[in-house]
Amino acid sequence: MTTGTGEATMGTDTAATLTDGEPLGASRSERLSALAQQHGALVTLVVAMLVASLSFDTFLTGDNLENMALSSAFLAVVALGMTFVIITGGIDLSVGSLFALGGVLAAWGSRYGTVVALLLPLAVCGLIGLVNGLLVARSGLAPFIVTLAAMLGARGLLLALTDEGSRTYLVAKDSFFAKLGQDSLLGVGVPVWITLALFVLGAVVLRRTRFGQYVYAVGGNEDAAALMGAPVARTKVSVYALSGLCAGLAGALNAAWLVSGVTILGSGMELEAISAVVIGGCLLTGGFGYLSGTLVGVALLKVIQNVINQIGSLDSAYQQVVSGAFLAVVVVAQTWLGRRQRVL
Amino acid sequence: MLTVTGLCKTFPGVRALSDVDFTARAGEVHALVGENGAGKSTLIKVLTGVYRPDAGEMACDGSPVRFHTPLQAQQAGISTIYQEVNLVPLMSVARNLFLGREPRGRLGLIDFRRMHREADETLRGLGIRVDVRRPLRELGVGAQQMVALARAVAVDARVVVMDEPTSSLEPREVRTLFDVIRTLRERGIAVVYVSHRMDELYEICDAVTVLRDGRVVHTGRLAGLDRLRLVSLMLGREIGEVGREGRTKFSGSHAIADQPVLAAHDLTVRHRLSGVSLALRPGEVLGLGGLLGSGRSETAKAVAGALPVDSGRVVVAGTPVRTGSTPAAIRAGISLLPEDRKSEGIVPGLSVRENIALAALPSLTRFGLVDDARIDRIVDTFMKRLRIKAAGPHQKVGELSGGNQQKVLLARWLALQPKVLLLDEPTRGIDVGAKAEVQALVDELADEGLAVLLISSDPEELIEGSDRVLVLKDGAVVRELTGDAVTEDELMRAIAAVPSGGHDD
Repeated sequence: MTTGTGEATMGTDTAATLTDGEPLGASRSERLSALAQQHGALVTLVVAMLVASLSFDTFLTGDNLENMALSSAFLAVVALGMTFVIITGGIDLSVGSLFALGGVLAAWGSRYGTVVALLLPLAVCGLIGLVNGLLVARSGLAPFIVTLAAMLGARGLLLALTDEGSRTYLVAKDSFFAKLGQDSLLGVGVPVWITLALFVLGAVVLRRTRFGQYVYAVGGNEDAAALMGAPVARTKVSVYALSGLCAGLAGALNAAWLVSGVTILGSGMELEAISAVVIGGCLLTGGFGYLSGTLVGVALLKVIQNVINQIGSLDSAYQQVVSGAFLAVVVVAQTWLGRRQRVL
Repeated sequence: MLTVTGLCKTFPGVRALSDVDFTARAGEVHALVGENGAGKSTLIKVLTGVYRPDAGEMACDGSPVRFHTPLQAQQAGISTIYQEVNLVPLMSVARNLFLGREPRGRLGLIDFRRMHREADETLRGLGIRVDVRRPLRELGVGAQQMVALARAVAVDARVVVMDEPTSSLEPREVRTLFDVIRTLRERGIAVVYVSHRMDELYEICDAVTVLRDGRVVHTGRLAGLDRLRLVSLMLGREIGEVGREGRTKFSGSHAIADQPVLAAHDLTVRHRLSGVSLALRPGEVLGLGGLLGSGRSETAKAVAGALPVDSGRVVVAGTPVRTGSTPAAIRAGISLLPEDRKSEGIVPGLSVRENIALAALPSLTRFGLVDDARIDRIVDTFMKRLRIKAAGPHQKVGELSGGNQQKVLLARWLALQPKVLLLDEPTRGIDVGAKAEVQALVDELADEGLAVLLISSDPEELIEGSDRVLVLKDGAVVRELTGDAVTEDELMRAIAAVPSGGHDD
């Protein structure tokens, strides 16, 4: 459903270039809709937090906020890679499995020290991402199918490693690796700091480097990008590899936090990450989006979950109902705002 | 500078290029002409590294080269401006201009301040003033083309290939383009210039190569070659034949009914149109003249419901039509053939048959089921009547030439049996032969009693095709040309005149 509406947006976007419009000076309401598109998620987040803090005394407490930040961090790192993929107009369904695989590999590797615990999941998940990218870029297969195959394959690999999920590898509690997940700095968990640092780095790469420009160009108009001399295939391979790396790292950090590699994690996480990215303002058709938006999208999803948990009387399964409904609203709003900007 | 010899390229079922020799010399503007399907586009794509040749040699400055990607061609100093703007609409003007060669500061990060300043300077130099930080899609087609031009010449190109660069430019922009081409020539750059417009070729080009059916049929200086000879080389027909047929296929006059079938009153769209009124009678071809951005396309779109209006009325055969709704306009019998067939019209992956039947489907279905036999009949009728050249009704439209794609679109709208047909640049980017056929068709349709609104940037086509011409300027009708006043001179004068503020309708 989301893809359908996304395509509709693209259709209207293309049409916009055809009217011999005024080249200069977008009107005020046009600029307002553009602003709403970019920052709508942020406004919603602020409103949601205000409402939540007024309704529940327990919401705006240090503990609760830190818990939310910590549990957001892992999803955020996955969504970071996903943002790059979606801006190129692709999709990566393998990240949930890679997240779980990364966690198990990190926990297993932690007995050989922190370096192995970090590098092993990065290497394996990065490699799977690289293969995804090569298949998408070189053979022209649809990203949906390629990464779906990787999702199933990685899940299978995970089961093989853990005797069908019956064996859980533990991380030594006093190891440096465990500290990465457990310690706090200035009252905020280390994974949160790592996540923030990665987002700053990612934003610089996306907005301020040539590679970042290629990411937008490939998603905005792949043919044009190729004709302008952009390395389309290399850009695609890079974003899928990056997505794999991010998923692996997120899994490893999660394992350090839980001090074990939990096999049942990560299923459905790919959809959560995609939701966060889209809620954050990225167009599913590619060519438009910001990392700051993704961060807001992740936070918004987690706040909604948290609020529903606080309500207590509601089954936590309703989290997904609300998240899903919210995603639908966002996609409809995106289309609507896109059309407004065309008409005016 | 750039030489190719013995070039061959074959696509499944088609020999696109056979044994082509071509040389672009430094400081020379070399015209590459030929009808659609002659192999111009293929040759260009080989030169610019998009296609790899099956056989033949390429040499740049005497040393053999082989391009596998457009990037390699660009690095060898060959840059290209394509006919359809090939930029990224969602990215800013400056980012488009500098993609792949952004100025970088410390740490290898892009220096946006410098990039915006340089982009602004470059574009000002070409006579366009835009906010380079805005997304490219907010610019008109002409301005986008100028950005593409700026991009092509800003790199240190030694060969610049231009594939119909003027097809979406207005005259003032064409002047700018030619100034730029002259500067390039003085700088010793080789320019390869592809165009269908004779006047332009003779104005700017030094040498010419004529392609026909994938072969070079003539190459040499342009100066000694007269126009008729050039046309006959392109068409592969004798001079007498071409001369007799004239340059457009219009007859120019029709039996026109008295009562208008379409009347539009005071169409107003903020910043675009102010109080445009027009009346169109059955059997009449009404031309809309004016420069790019004068509101021609907007008028057509407003009438067809594709552009919501702030105020104004549209009446078809005495019945008011709800504005701002395409389905309402189609039901009332208004069909619009849009300006850009690539993105607003054809569905390239679907067959000729499916493309034709698309708009008429609702009326061809019974209880939700498609009546195949009726569709076959309709498709067959139109393919014959419009002389659509395709392997059959099931060939994909994307595989047809531009002219035939346009005819498929025309068939789609005619299948709806419209009362009013709005044609926005119906012959843009299609070859001479197909152009003549489309023009003849417009004539036939008017003779059969259809009311036709014709928009064209080609003054000759507009004047010869129309019974009457409304001249637009800044979104308002400034003059109406009727009878003997329908001439190119009068059109130019009307466009150049100081606006009086009054309407002639």
